[in-house]
Amino acid sequence: MDHLEFEFEGRGHSPRRGHALVGVVGSGNLEVLLEHAELGGNCSAVVDTSIRGFDSLWERVLADFVDRHRLADVRISVNDGGATPAVVTLRLDQAAAEIREEQS
Amino acid sequence: MRPVRRSYDEATARGRIDGLLDAGTFREFCGPTARRSSPHLPALGLPVSFDDGVVVGEGRLDGRPVLIGSQEGGFMGGSVGEVHGAKLTGLLERGLDVEPAAVVLLLDSGGVRLQEANAGLIAMGEIQRAVFRVRAAGVPVIAAIGGRNGCYGGMSIVARSCDWIVVSEQGRLSISGPEVIEAVEGIEEFDAQDRALVWRTMGGKHRRLLGEVDALVENSIEAFRMAVIGWLEQPRPLDLAAVEAEHARLEARLRRFAECRDGLDVWRDLGVERPEEIPELDADAFNAVVASMEERDR
Repeated sequence: MDHLEFEFEGRGHSPRRGHALVGVVGSGNLEVLLEHAELGGNCSAVVDTSIRGFDSLWERVLADFVDRHRLADVRISVNDGGATPAVVTLRLDQAAAEIREEQS
Repeated sequence: MRPVRRSYDEATARGRIDGLLDAGTFREFCGPTARRSSPHLPALGLPVSFDDGVVVGEGRLDGRPVLIGSQEGGFMGGSVGEVHGAKLTGLLERGLDVEPAAVVLLLDSGGVRLQEANAGLIAMGEIQRAVFRVRAAGVPVIAAIGGRNGCYGGMSIVARSCDWIVVSEQGRLSISGPEVIEAVEGIEEFDAQDRALVWRTMGGKHRRLLGEVDALVENSIEAFRMAVIGWLEQPRPLDLAAVEAEHARLEARLRRFAECRDGLDVWRDLGVERPEEIPELDADAFNAVVASMEERDR
């Protein structure tokens, strides 16, 4: 297991919803939890992954995610069962779409 | 326009709750942001899940208050670890305080999580005890089985401790799984690769014909919803006479079908006219067969 923590400079929009959860922790899959948090406009990420040694790839995928969705004040938490970067990006995008929705 | 039918077995634990309850009424207990994940898995180098593979909470069904739990089969086979089990036990015990129209359990589990074996085994006993306490208080406990993992091991015992069970054909219900039986008794006894055999001996239709489950529905969340609504506020008797009658039924069943080697043999013995056609029937046609048999036996 690897436990990784990252900080990213925020890009503008605080989310409308309190949190969003997508995905299931399974082989080649992951769950992503996004939460609104007071982070001074920045974003933080915690990744627990069963695959070791991909720190820099995680950092790049997550930095790209924060940048593309122009997120701010979001805590990103990931439990990973060995997903590929494409699956990781898909789940992150799903979570971003969900946390942007109006609170139901 | 006809409403879209949502597949039950392809839905996630959360998707099943959303589709089953009245829209927008679900409120989760110990949700993912509480991070009540397994304390045991990290020590084994295994990833955790924020909800430990089970979603519990309250909501409304047909306007009436219910408590509901839903196992996520995609996380470690829906297996019951310490936290997972405690969430189900807590949900059931809440039923004693709030006396809902039912406690609904959407089961999708291989049983105890072997990585947390002792804690998981204890959890099974606690869940079962809580089921009986809730039932003794007059609150019905309803189990739904239609997920990819079926309902095996300790969870199968929990299911059969409930008032009512609804299954789809995809759902399977058995103590030991096919691979376990093959490993212990040999391939001559049971070929776990023979999927048709697995369904003929553990599948929803077989369990319905044997009288172990109360309804068989098509693989849609709406169909499960309608079945569960029919049992709200409808507890079954749970007293010494009911338990003794059930034991007598099981004893008689064991004697009657002792020589059967396959579900087909059982169905033939039960008087099903064309047993070989049973696996091909859709839910409506199958239920018509069951109804005609019940009519005949009356």
